[in-house]
Amino acid sequence: MEQPSSHVKIKRSGDVSVVQFADRKILEELSIHEIGEELRTLAESEPKIKLLLDFENVDHLASAALGMLITLHKKVQEQNGALKLSNINRQIFQVFKITRLNRVFDIHDTADKALASFEQA
Amino acid sequence: MKVPPDFGVDDAALVSITLPNDLRSVKGPEAHIMTQLRHCGYRRDTVFAIKLAFEEAVTNAVKHGNRNDRSKHVYLRYYVDPQRFVLMVRDEGNGFVPDKVPDPTTDENLERPCGRGIMLMSAYMTKLRFSEDGNEIWMLKENPAREP
Repeated sequence: MEQPSSHVKIKRSGDVSVVQFADRKILEELSIHEIGEELRTLAESEPKIKLLLDFENVDHLASAALGMLITLHKKVQEQNGALKLSNINRQIFQVFKITRLNRVFDIHDTADKALASFEQA
Repeated sequence: MKVPPDFGVDDAALVSITLPNDLRSVKGPEAHIMTQLRHCGYRRDTVFAIKLAFEEAVTNAVKHGNRNDRSKHVYLRYYVDPQRFVLMVRDEGNGFVPDKVPDPTTDENLERPCGRGIMLMSAYMTKLRFSEDGNEIWMLKENPAREP
Protein backbone atom coordinates (compact mmCIF):
# COMPACT_ATOMS: atom_id res chain seq x y z
CA MET A 1 0.00 0.00 0.00
CA GLU A 2 1.40 3.37 -0.90
CA GLN A 3 -0.05 6.65 0.27
CA PRO A 4 0.89 9.58 -1.93
CA SER A 5 1.63 12.85 -0.16
CA SER A 6 3.61 15.96 -0.90
CA HIS A 7 6.64 15.29 1.29
CA VAL A 8 6.76 11.59 2.20
CA LYS A 9 5.97 8.20 0.70
CA ILE A 10 4.75 5.57 3.12
CA LYS A 11 5.00 1.88 2.27
CA ARG A 12 4.37 -1.27 4.28
CA SER A 13 7.01 -3.96 4.62
CA GLY A 14 5.42 -6.69 6.75
CA ASP A 15 4.35 -4.94 9.94
CA VAL A 16 6.77 -2.03 9.45
CA SER A 17 5.77 1.35 8.02
CA VAL A 18 8.63 2.53 5.82
CA VAL A 19 8.81 6.27 5.16
CA GLN A 20 10.82 7.75 2.32
CA PHE A 21 11.26 11.46 1.85
CA ALA A 22 10.28 13.09 -1.41
CA ASP A 23 12.50 16.14 -0.83
CA ARG A 24 16.28 15.87 -1.10
CA LYS A 25 16.58 18.75 1.34
CA ILE A 26 14.62 18.72 4.59
CA LEU A 27 15.14 22.38 5.25
CA GLU A 28 12.05 24.50 4.91
CA GLU A 29 10.25 25.33 8.12
CA LEU A 30 6.90 24.74 6.49
CA SER A 31 7.76 21.40 4.94
CA ILE A 32 9.42 20.22 8.17
CA HIS A 33 6.23 21.11 10.05
CA GLU A 34 4.09 19.29 7.47
CA ILE A 35 6.34 16.21 7.50
CA GLY A 36 6.21 16.23 11.30
CA GLU A 37 2.41 16.38 11.25
CA GLU A 38 2.14 13.54 8.70
CA LEU A 39 4.45 11.33 10.72
CA ARG A 40 2.76 12.18 14.01
CA THR A 41 -0.59 11.21 12.51
CA LEU A 42 0.94 7.98 11.23
CA ALA A 43 2.44 7.18 14.65
CA GLU A 44 -0.84 7.88 16.43
CA SER A 45 -2.77 5.67 14.01
CA GLU A 46 -1.13 2.48 15.21
CA PRO A 47 -0.25 1.46 18.77
CA LYS A 48 3.20 -0.18 18.99
CA ILE A 49 3.98 1.13 15.54
CA LYS A 50 7.18 -0.05 13.89
CA LEU A 51 8.40 2.93 11.92
CA LEU A 52 11.42 3.14 9.64
CA LEU A 53 12.53 6.47 8.20
CA ASP A 54 14.69 5.87 5.15
CA PHE A 55 16.95 8.81 4.24
CA GLU A 56 18.16 7.41 0.92
CA ASN A 57 16.89 10.42 -1.03
CA VAL A 58 17.99 13.06 1.48
CA ASP A 59 21.23 14.97 1.06
CA HIS A 60 20.64 17.94 3.35
CA LEU A 61 18.71 18.78 6.48
CA ALA A 62 18.28 21.63 8.95
CA SER A 63 18.43 21.56 12.73
CA ALA A 64 14.65 22.06 12.79
CA ALA A 65 14.36 18.66 11.09
CA LEU A 66 16.34 17.14 13.96
CA GLY A 67 13.82 18.69 16.35
CA MET A 68 10.98 17.16 14.34
CA LEU A 69 12.66 13.72 14.56
CA ILE A 70 13.08 14.05 18.34
CA THR A 71 9.41 14.96 18.76
CA LEU A 72 8.42 12.00 16.57
CA HIS A 73 10.69 9.69 18.57
CA LYS A 74 8.91 10.69 21.78
CA LYS A 75 5.52 10.14 20.17
CA VAL A 76 6.52 6.65 18.97
CA GLN A 77 7.82 5.82 22.47
CA GLU A 78 4.48 6.97 23.95
CA GLN A 79 2.83 4.49 21.59
CA ASN A 80 5.22 1.77 22.83
CA GLY A 81 6.48 1.55 19.27
CA ALA A 82 9.91 1.56 17.69
CA LEU A 83 11.54 4.12 15.40
CA LYS A 84 14.60 3.37 13.30
CA LEU A 85 16.51 5.39 10.71
CA SER A 86 18.41 4.10 7.70
CA ASN A 87 20.50 5.15 4.69
CA ILE A 88 21.77 8.35 6.27
CA ASN A 89 24.61 9.67 4.12
CA ARG A 90 28.03 10.42 5.57
CA GLN A 91 27.54 14.19 5.73
CA ILE A 92 24.17 13.99 7.46
CA PHE A 93 25.41 11.28 9.83
CA GLN A 94 28.10 13.75 10.85
CA VAL A 95 25.31 16.17 11.86
CA PHE A 96 23.82 13.42 14.05
CA LYS A 97 27.24 12.77 15.60
CA ILE A 98 27.97 16.44 16.33
CA THR A 99 24.62 16.78 18.07
CA ARG A 100 25.05 13.35 19.74
CA LEU A 101 21.71 12.29 18.30
CA ASN A 102 23.35 9.13 16.96
CA ARG A 103 22.99 7.99 20.59
CA VAL A 104 19.28 8.77 20.68
CA PHE A 105 18.27 7.17 17.40
CA ASP A 106 18.64 3.57 16.25
CA ILE A 107 20.48 4.13 12.95
CA HIS A 108 21.21 1.42 10.37
CA ASP A 109 23.29 1.48 7.19
CA THR A 110 20.51 0.16 4.98
CA ALA A 111 16.74 -0.25 5.07
CA ASP A 112 17.15 -4.03 4.86
CA LYS A 113 19.35 -4.11 7.97
CA ALA A 114 16.87 -1.88 9.81
CA LEU A 115 13.95 -4.12 8.81
CA ALA A 116 15.86 -7.20 9.95
CA SER A 117 16.53 -5.54 13.33
CA PHE A 118 12.77 -5.03 13.85
CA GLU A 119 12.34 -8.79 13.47
CA GLN A 120 15.08 -9.50 16.00
CA ALA A 121 13.58 -7.16 18.60
CA MET B 1 30.05 45.96 13.36
CA LYS B 2 32.80 45.51 10.80
CA VAL B 3 34.30 42.16 9.86
CA PRO B 4 36.40 40.87 12.79
CA PRO B 5 40.08 41.69 12.10
CA ASP B 6 41.23 38.10 12.60
CA PHE B 7 39.00 36.91 9.72
CA GLY B 8 41.68 38.17 7.31
CA VAL B 9 39.39 40.14 4.99
CA ASP B 10 39.16 43.84 4.20
CA ASP B 11 35.70 45.05 5.25
CA ALA B 12 35.36 46.97 1.97
CA ALA B 13 35.62 43.71 0.02
CA LEU B 14 32.36 42.31 1.43
CA VAL B 15 29.16 42.19 -0.65
CA SER B 16 26.11 43.60 1.18
CA ILE B 17 22.50 42.51 0.58
CA THR B 18 19.26 43.56 2.27
CA LEU B 19 16.41 41.04 2.09
CA PRO B 20 12.78 41.00 3.18
CA ASN B 21 12.17 38.82 6.24
CA ASP B 22 11.10 35.77 4.27
CA LEU B 23 13.11 32.54 3.90
CA ARG B 24 12.15 32.35 0.22
CA SER B 25 13.94 35.64 -0.46
CA VAL B 26 17.22 34.07 0.64
CA LYS B 27 17.21 31.30 -1.95
CA GLY B 28 18.66 33.44 -4.76
CA PRO B 29 21.64 34.82 -2.81
CA GLU B 30 22.24 31.39 -1.26
CA ALA B 31 22.37 29.65 -4.65
CA HIS B 32 24.73 32.34 -5.94
CA ILE B 33 27.10 31.93 -2.97
CA MET B 34 27.13 28.11 -3.28
CA THR B 35 27.98 28.44 -6.99
CA GLN B 36 30.83 30.83 -6.14
CA LEU B 37 32.18 28.38 -3.55
CA ARG B 38 32.24 25.54 -6.07
CA HIS B 39 33.95 27.77 -8.64
CA CYS B 40 36.57 28.63 -6.00
CA GLY B 41 37.36 24.94 -5.55
CA TYR B 42 35.63 24.24 -2.23
CA ARG B 43 35.08 20.53 -1.72
CA ARG B 44 31.62 19.04 -1.44
CA ASP B 45 31.91 18.49 2.33
CA THR B 46 32.92 22.11 2.86
CA VAL B 47 30.04 23.42 0.73
CA PHE B 48 27.68 21.19 2.75
CA ALA B 49 29.03 22.71 5.98
CA ILE B 50 28.71 26.29 4.72
CA LYS B 51 25.22 25.69 3.34
CA LEU B 52 24.10 24.25 6.66
CA ALA B 53 25.59 27.15 8.67
CA PHE B 54 24.19 29.71 6.23
CA GLU B 55 20.68 28.28 6.51
CA GLU B 56 20.81 27.98 10.30
CA ALA B 57 21.91 31.62 10.62
CA VAL B 58 19.27 32.92 8.24
CA THR B 59 16.53 30.79 9.79
CA ASN B 60 17.48 32.10 13.24
CA ALA B 61 17.35 35.69 11.94
CA VAL B 62 13.95 35.32 10.23
CA LYS B 63 12.27 33.17 12.86
CA HIS B 64 13.83 34.01 16.22
CA GLY B 65 15.35 37.47 15.61
CA ASN B 66 12.66 39.08 13.47
CA ARG B 67 9.95 36.73 14.78
CA ASN B 68 8.58 36.13 11.27
CA ASP B 69 7.62 39.83 11.02
CA ARG B 70 7.31 40.49 7.28
CA SER B 71 7.91 44.22 7.78
CA LYS B 72 11.46 43.56 9.02
CA HIS B 73 14.63 42.82 7.09
CA VAL B 74 17.60 40.48 7.13
CA TYR B 75 21.01 41.95 6.28
CA LEU B 76 23.70 39.78 4.72
CA ARG B 77 27.35 40.55 4.08
CA TYR B 78 29.66 37.96 2.58
CA TYR B 79 33.00 37.35 0.96
CA VAL B 80 34.29 34.35 -0.98
CA ASP B 81 37.77 33.60 -2.24
CA PRO B 82 39.61 30.29 -2.66
CA GLN B 83 41.02 30.53 0.87
CA ARG B 84 38.06 31.65 2.94
CA PHE B 85 34.36 32.31 3.16
CA VAL B 86 33.01 35.04 5.43
CA LEU B 87 29.34 35.62 6.24
CA MET B 88 27.48 38.14 8.39
CA VAL B 89 23.76 37.80 9.12
CA ARG B 90 21.97 40.55 11.05
CA ASP B 91 18.32 40.87 12.00
CA GLU B 92 16.22 43.65 13.50
CA GLY B 93 15.36 41.76 16.66
CA ASN B 94 16.41 42.32 20.25
CA GLY B 95 19.27 39.87 20.05
CA PHE B 96 20.11 37.10 22.49
CA VAL B 97 22.91 35.96 24.77
CA PRO B 98 24.63 33.00 23.09
CA ASP B 99 26.06 31.71 26.38
CA LYS B 100 22.53 31.31 27.75
CA VAL B 101 21.48 28.86 25.04
CA PRO B 102 21.48 25.45 26.76
CA ASP B 103 24.03 22.94 25.50
CA PRO B 104 21.89 20.50 23.45
CA THR B 105 24.44 17.69 23.73
CA THR B 106 24.23 17.25 27.50
CA ASP B 107 22.27 14.20 28.66
CA GLU B 108 19.46 16.30 30.14
CA ASN B 109 19.02 18.35 26.95
CA LEU B 110 19.67 15.61 24.41
CA GLU B 111 15.99 15.03 23.69
CA ARG B 112 14.96 18.69 23.58
CA PRO B 113 13.74 19.48 20.06
CA CYS B 114 15.39 22.94 19.81
CA GLY B 115 18.74 24.64 20.22
CA ARG B 116 21.04 22.84 17.79
CA GLY B 117 21.52 25.56 15.16
CA ILE B 118 24.25 27.49 16.97
CA MET B 119 26.18 24.41 17.96
CA LEU B 120 26.12 23.13 14.37
CA MET B 121 27.38 26.48 13.08
CA SER B 122 30.07 26.45 15.74
CA ALA B 123 31.08 22.88 14.89
CA TYR B 124 31.29 23.43 11.15
CA MET B 125 32.76 26.94 10.95
CA THR B 126 36.37 27.89 11.66
CA LYS B 127 35.30 30.94 13.71
CA LEU B 128 31.97 32.24 14.95
CA ARG B 129 31.30 35.64 16.54
CA PHE B 130 28.25 37.47 17.84
CA SER B 131 27.82 41.20 18.20
CA GLU B 132 27.41 42.50 21.74
CA ASP B 133 23.67 43.01 21.31
CA GLY B 134 23.34 39.50 19.84
CA ASN B 135 21.48 40.29 16.63
CA GLU B 136 24.48 39.93 14.34
CA ILE B 137 26.50 36.80 13.69
CA TRP B 138 29.80 36.56 11.85
CA MET B 139 31.30 33.33 10.61
CA LEU B 140 34.53 32.39 8.92
CA LYS B 141 35.19 29.13 7.11
CA GLU B 142 38.73 28.52 5.96
CA ASN B 143 38.86 26.27 2.92
CA PRO B 144 40.62 23.11 4.17
CA ALA B 145 41.41 22.00 0.62
CA ARG B 146 43.60 25.07 0.23
CA GLU B 147 45.38 24.77 3.53
CA PRO B 148 49.07 23.83 3.34
